[in-house]
Amino acid sequence: MTSAMTLAETSFNFAYLDEDTKRMIRRAILKAVAVPGYQVPFASREMPMPYGWGTGGVQVTAACLMPEDVLKVIDQGADDTTNAVSIRKFFQRTSGVAVTERTAEASVIQTRHRIPEAALTEDQILVYQVPIPEPLRFLEPRETETRKMHELEEYGLMHVKLYEDIARHGTIATAYAYPVKVEGRYVMDPSPIPKFDNPKLSGNAALQLFGAGREARIYAVPPHTQVVSLDFDDHPFVASKADHACDICGSATSYLDEVITDDKGGRMFVCSDTDYCRGGQ
Amino acid sequence: MTLLTGGFHDAPRQSARAFRLALNALSRPGRIETVSGAEGPAPLSAAAATLLLVLADRDTPIHLGASHDVQAVRDWITFHTGAPFVAPEAAMLALGTWDTLPRARFPLGLPDYPDRSATLIVETATLTTEGPRLTGPGIQTEAHLSLPEVTAFQENRALFPQGLDFFFTCGARLAALPRSTRVEAV
Amino acid sequence: MYVAVKGGERAIDAAHAWLACERRGDPGVSELSVAQIREQLTLAVNRVMTEGALYDPDLAALAIKQARGDLIEAIFLLRAYRTTLPRFGSSVPLDTEAMEVTRRVSATFKDLPGGQVLGPTFDYTHRLLDFTLMAEGELPTAPTAPIRDEKVPHVMALLDRDGLIEAAPQGGQPIDMTRTPMEYPADRALRLQAIGRGDEGFLLGLAYSTQRGYGRTHAFVGELRIGAVTVEMEVPELGFAIEIGEIEVSECETVNQFKGSKTEPPQFTRGYGLVFGQNERKALSVSLVDRALRWEELGEDFAGAPAQDEEFVLSHCDNVQATGFLEHIKLPHYVDFQAELELIRRLRRNAHQEAAE
Repeated sequence: MTSAMTLAETSFNFAYLDEDTKRMIRRAILKAVAVPGYQVPFASREMPMPYGWGTGGVQVTAACLMPEDVLKVIDQGADDTTNAVSIRKFFQRTSGVAVTERTAEASVIQTRHRIPEAALTEDQILVYQVPIPEPLRFLEPRETETRKMHELEEYGLMHVKLYEDIARHGTIATAYAYPVKVEGRYVMDPSPIPKFDNPKLSGNAALQLFGAGREARIYAVPPHTQVVSLDFDDHPFVASKADHACDICGSATSYLDEVITDDKGGRMFVCSDTDYCRGGQ
Repeated sequence: MTLLTGGFHDAPRQSARAFRLALNALSRPGRIETVSGAEGPAPLSAAAATLLLVLADRDTPIHLGASHDVQAVRDWITFHTGAPFVAPEAAMLALGTWDTLPRARFPLGLPDYPDRSATLIVETATLTTEGPRLTGPGIQTEAHLSLPEVTAFQENRALFPQGLDFFFTCGARLAALPRSTRVEAV
Repeated sequence: MYVAVKGGERAIDAAHAWLACERRGDPGVSELSVAQIREQLTLAVNRVMTEGALYDPDLAALAIKQARGDLIEAIFLLRAYRTTLPRFGSSVPLDTEAMEVTRRVSATFKDLPGGQVLGPTFDYTHRLLDFTLMAEGELPTAPTAPIRDEKVPHVMALLDRDGLIEAAPQGGQPIDMTRTPMEYPADRALRLQAIGRGDEGFLLGLAYSTQRGYGRTHAFVGELRIGAVTVEMEVPELGFAIEIGEIEVSECETVNQFKGSKTEPPQFTRGYGLVFGQNERKALSVSLVDRALRWEELGEDFAGAPAQDEEFVLSHCDNVQATGFLEHIKLPHYVDFQAELELIRRLRRNAHQEAAE
C-alpha cells in the first residue's frame, strides 16, 4: 500500500459518507421504519462501487454503523464471495469497525440475496442490497403508475400475474424475489432472496432495512412485523429448496448451492450459508 | 451554556451512536433509550438536543412550540444545525411540549408520498414504560409507554399510511411512537 | 473433492495488481502524464467533466488515465469523488451573452451581430488519417486576430424582439437532482440537468431518432456557441455577486417548429443544451431531446416516441447507473439461479408425471 493511499484513507469521514448525506439517509430510514414496506425515496449518492453492486445497502449500512459495531457482509449467503469481500474491506478501511463471519457475533449484517439460516436477534440489523425495489415494476414500468397503485392498494395486477403462472405452469413460477405484503398494507419486494427465505422475513426479531441505490429507495420491515407471501387459498405459498441434504454438514434444512464437480453429471449440494455450514459440521 | 457549546465534539461517531439509539426506539415502540452527546440551553433536554443534531440541518424546516420558542434555543439550533424556523404547515421537524404543538397543522404526508410527514419531538416531564398499551410493528406482544394521551394517537393511527411520527424526550432518555403503532387505554 | 470456495480476498488483490500493470502498459514506452491528457485529449476530458458533473480538467484527466481511457469508468470515478464534496451554495445563472467565444455558428442566419466564428472544429476537415502524427512533428501554428471585445447577442434574443419565438420559459429555483430524489413529472430545469449529465451516446441516439421521425421537432441550430464564461456567486454577507472562476462551455439553442392556436399567432419554439467544454455533439443532442420532451407544455401529441417519454429518457440516460446495473449481472447469482433450477426441475417432473398418467 502506498503512502499516498494511507493518507487518503485517513481523510475519509467515519463510514465514508459526509454527515449531511448520513443525516439525509437516516431521516429516510426513520420514515421507512414508520411506514413498513413503503419505499421512501432518498437522494442516493454515487458510491465508490458501481450501481447495482450494493450501493443502496452500503449507504444504509454507512448511515447505521457506529464504532462499536461488528459487521458481517454476505453475498449468496457466503462471506468469501468477491463482492462481499470488497464491501467488507470498504467498511474496514473507512470506519475501522470490527468484522466477523459469525452470524451470531454480528450487530450489523449486510446481505445480498440471502437471509442467514440462524435466527437473528433483537440486537441485530439486517441490511439488504436491493436491485429493483418496486415489486410491480415488471408488471408496470412507470413509476408514476406504480406509485398510484401503492397509494390505492391496487394490487390486482400482481395477483393476475401470479394466477397466470398457475394457469400456465400449474404453480406460481416465481422462485426468488417473491412478493410479500407487509402488515396487511404494502406489497413489497423482499430483494432477490430465494422464496425459501421468505418465512424468515415475518416476525423476525431483528430490524430489516432495504437499500436500493440506483433506484434511490429505502424501505424497512421493523422487528416482529407480519410479512405474508402472496398466494391463493388453493395454491398456498410453499418455501421450497433443493430436495437434498448438505454434502458437507449434512443439514437437511438449510438452503443449498449446487456445485458441478465434473463434466459427467457429477454434482454435490452444499449450504449457501457458509457460516451455518461451518457451525453445523 | 453558550451558543457555541453543547454540540458534538466528534460528530461522525457521536451522531452514529445517537442515531442507532433513536432508530432502536422507533423500531421498538415503548423501548426507552438513553442518549448522550449534546447539551442545549433550557428548556431543551439533552435527549432532544441530541436528536436535533442527529436529524436537523439546512434541509429540515423546524417548528418550535411555544414552550421552546425562546431566543437561546433558536440561536443554538441555528448555530448547530442551520435548520430554518417555520410554521407548523411547512415543518419536517417540530419541538415542544405536547400542549404547545398544534398537531392538526403539521404535514401528514401525501397519499402517494406518506413519508413527507412531520416528526414531532415531544418534551415530557416523565417517561416510563407504564401507560397505554402499544401493539403493532416492532412489538412482539405488547408494550406500554407513558403517553400524554390516547385519542390523538388513535386518530393518527387511523390515518395510516399517512400520519405523524413521534419521539418523546425526558432528560437524556427518549422513546418513540411511529404512526404504525396501535394505542389503547388500559 | 469440493472445498468451500475461499480466496476471494487474495483473488481481488491479485486482480487489482494485474490491472495496475495493464494500465501502465509496456514499461518501455514512456508514461502518459495527466497534463498530456488534459492538453491533448481535451475533448475526452470535456466529456468526462460534463457527464461526471464536475468542472475540473486535471481531475478528469487523472480519471481518464486511471480508467485506461474507458470514459464511462472515468466519469464514474469523477462522480464518486464529487458526491461527498461539501456544497457551499449555487452560482448565479451564467451570462452566456458575455461569453468570450472561440466558436459561434448560426445555421439560421448568414450573418448576424457578433459574426460567425468558425473556431477550432473538425467540421470541414477531411477525415484522412494524418500519418505525420505518428512522429513527433513540428509545433503547429495558427493565424491570430485581435479579440473582438463586444457582447455577442443571442440569436434567440433577435427573434424574441420580433415576437417570433416563444418567450423563454421562466422557472423558479431549480431542484438539485443530486440532492433531491427524482420525481415525475420532472420540470424542465430538472430534465435539463439529467440529460446534461446523461450519456452522450444515449442522447445522440435519441436526438437522431427525433430527426428520423420518432418525435420530430424540425430543429434548426439557431446558434451554437463555445467559449469561456465567468462563474459568479452571491455572497449573502457581501450582498453582491463575486466572480469565483471561469469555465468553458458549449451552448446550443435550437429553433423548432411552431406552436400556435386560434387565439395565439404561431411562434417558433426552443430547445436548449449546455455542457462543459467544447462538446458540440452533446450540446446539440441535449437541445433536440429537451425540445422533444416539451411536447406536453407545447400542446403537441404524444407520438409514443422514446425521446418524448420523460420517464424513459430520464431513468435510462445516466451511464453510471446504466453501466453499474448492466455489469452487475457478472456478480454471483447462485442463489437465485438455484431457486430457478429447483423450480424448473419440479415443473418438468410434474409435466412428466402428468404425461405418464
